Amino acid sequence: MKTNAISATAALAVATWAAHAHAAQPSELAQIQQEIAALRQSYDQRIAALEARLREAEAKATAAANAAVAPPPAAASPSAGANAFNPALSLILSGTYASLQRDPEDFRIAGFIPGGEELGPGPRGFSLGESELGVYANVDPWFWGGLNLALTPENEAEVEEAFLQTTALPYGLTVKFGRAFSGIGYLNSQHAHTWDFVDAPLAYQAFLGKQFGDDGVALRWLAPTDLFVELGAELGRGRNFPGSDRDRNGAGAQALFAHLGGDLGVSSNWRAGVSWLRTTPREREFDDQDLAGNEVLNSFSGTSRLWIVDGVWKWAPNGNATRTNFKLQGEWFWRREDGSLNYDVDGAASPGRYASRQSGGYLQAVYQFVPAWRVGLRYDRLHPGSADFGANAAVLATPDHKPSRGSLMFDWSPSEFSRWRLQLARDKSRADEADNELFLQYQMSLGAHGAHSY
Amino acid sequence: MRKFLLAACAAVSILLPPAAQAAIRAVACEPEWGALLAELGGDKVSTYVATNALQDPHQIQARPSLLAAVRRADLLVCSGSELEIGWLPILLRQSGNPAIQPGQPGYFEATAFVRKLEVPSRVDRAEGDVHPGGNPHIQTDPRNIARVAEALAARLAEVDPADAATFQARGKDFGARWRAAMQRWAAAAAPLKGVAVVVHHKAFPYLEDWLGLKEVAQLEPKPGVEPSSAHLAEVLAELKRQPARMILRAAYNDQRASEWLSERAGIPAVMLPSTVGGSDRAKDLFSLFDDTVDRLLGGLK
Repeated sequence: MKTNAISATAALAVATWAAHAHAAQPSELAQIQQEIAALRQSYDQRIAALEARLREAEAKATAAANAAVAPPPAAASPSAGANAFNPALSLILSGTYASLQRDPEDFRIAGFIPGGEELGPGPRGFSLGESELGVYANVDPWFWGGLNLALTPENEAEVEEAFLQTTALPYGLTVKFGRAFSGIGYLNSQHAHTWDFVDAPLAYQAFLGKQFGDDGVALRWLAPTDLFVELGAELGRGRNFPGSDRDRNGAGAQALFAHLGGDLGVSSNWRAGVSWLRTTPREREFDDQDLAGNEVLNSFSGTSRLWIVDGVWKWAPNGNATRTNFKLQGEWFWRREDGSLNYDVDGAASPGRYASRQSGGYLQAVYQFVPAWRVGLRYDRLHPGSADFGANAAVLATPDHKPSRGSLMFDWSPSEFSRWRLQLARDKSRADEADNELFLQYQMSLGAHGAHSY
Repeated sequence: MRKFLLAACAAVSILLPPAAQAAIRAVACEPEWGALLAELGGDKVSTYVATNALQDPHQIQARPSLLAAVRRADLLVCSGSELEIGWLPILLRQSGNPAIQPGQPGYFEATAFVRKLEVPSRVDRAEGDVHPGGNPHIQTDPRNIARVAEALAARLAEVDPADAATFQARGKDFGARWRAAMQRWAAAAAPLKGVAVVVHHKAFPYLEDWLGLKEVAQLEPKPGVEPSSAHLAEVLAELKRQPARMILRAAYNDQRASEWLSERAGIPAVMLPSTVGGSDRAKDLFSLFDDTVDRLLGGLK
């Protein structure tokens, strides 16, 4: 603005002088020309000076604006009051519609002693799936803890996890105590809502009663290496299958595991592990059917040893899983049980030796082919192996049947927090006919949603 | 059992790497902080960068290699403001490393040092994947980089006092070079002031704030929800009323949505590197902004 006004004034002055110059003498003319040149130079200098000042002022204004953009970080005001320290609440709601060809009541994994209470495909028709309520927070600078309640369709609340974990131990050490899922295998420590299929693999149902959680203490050590090396040891009560609740001071379950993992280039990564679980059940009761077809209640006391190898490989182009990604995962279980089996506890009550060598596992692949849409295939297979019933060999035997199951799943996740799933399965767990199954499932996550482990 | 343990110990001793040269072992959650650590730390800091520019930092898994890296870190430099909420908590909790836990000098959250934009007045998942602390994509404004650099240089000195002078000197040097570069970018980007843009994800509010760009629409119906054809059609209709000059997306965003709209709306789709490594040219923080400004200017033509 100022510059313009000055230019206008200068132009006007020059024009006036020029008008006078018309009538002037040559000597005067030269003088006038000199004066004009001097004037022009002086104005040019003044204009340049003013422009410089303007630039400076503008720079200052920008700097001030910058400063306004960034006052020292205004700390986000945390909510005050009595609820300021409330823990993070996470609620998982899930529900299923199941259409099953065969009555789920007669579900059995042929040749395997059943454990746990929720084996099989679940009820027919609409049912509330397992809802999970999780409450997690830091306790103090040294502990983090949480509670995870499973709300079952039968209107029961089950304490799945209630644990504390150290956050301040050095050297890669972490101690976890209370009730928690064991770190054995790959899927065992993951909550049901993170599974890629509606139900647990058959091997998990046969060898761990779906999922092994225990009351006790677990120690983990992460090695200071580029390769991921994690070693863990657990001591527990062993109250769950394959253990049983016992009236003893010592630990009823011991577990050891080692996990290795790393990246294969930028697009894929892997983890593999070996685990060992030893439980010493006492009078672990189970419903069974003897060779004559009678329903009997048997019980097992002895030692159960389980070995697991697991592996998972994940791939996504450039490691960006948003659009497409692929996951291949598999686990194999071997179990040895030695001890005594009491046949027909309430009737004949005939004790006899029991020794079994059994194995099984699954392999599954899940592919996200476009954002939000995934397809998955899983194959389960179990080997009943050998079972020696000793004195009870006349009334009990392992059928000559290798249980297997094939499952195909599609799911759609409109957001990170909701998922719809369709699953078709052909289940040959029973020794006789196969079961054709169809599931529709929703899984919704409300509230704080904790990060998922690998 | 004993054999198993012995074998495990033997394996671990083989895998142990030779002693590190650098004084600070850092893990950067995103490439821009890795690049900043390189500028400020020089050979005193060795940095493991957890993600690359082609990965959506919201969608990273707490994979084994990250756990192994965080386990040995003296310093963790992340964006914060819940950008890494889906994976960082696992790394912190399972690493058994007390030095990098929140509250410790080894835990550095870049968003804590800048004024955040788009702090939601209503935190509700019905609004999509919102960040209660404000938009975490702060690295698209060089003024933010300058502020974070100052804080980070001070933090490096705190974590490794022996090399404090080095960090201070490098910080000063970087600050001077950065200010000069910022003037250059601001001058070059002058024609972008007031230009209307469409964005794929709300990843550029800081860039818009810096250059005076005007965001008129997003391709994602809600933050974190993939663009749907119905929503894209709405955006197309909206553009008839309120025209924009270009469509911006980050290197890690799927290109199809912006290409689709570009074709129909007749405006260019511009991929911005958004972080170091997002384009061939964006090799460090300086070339990142050189490239960003040039790409935006290219979109005007």
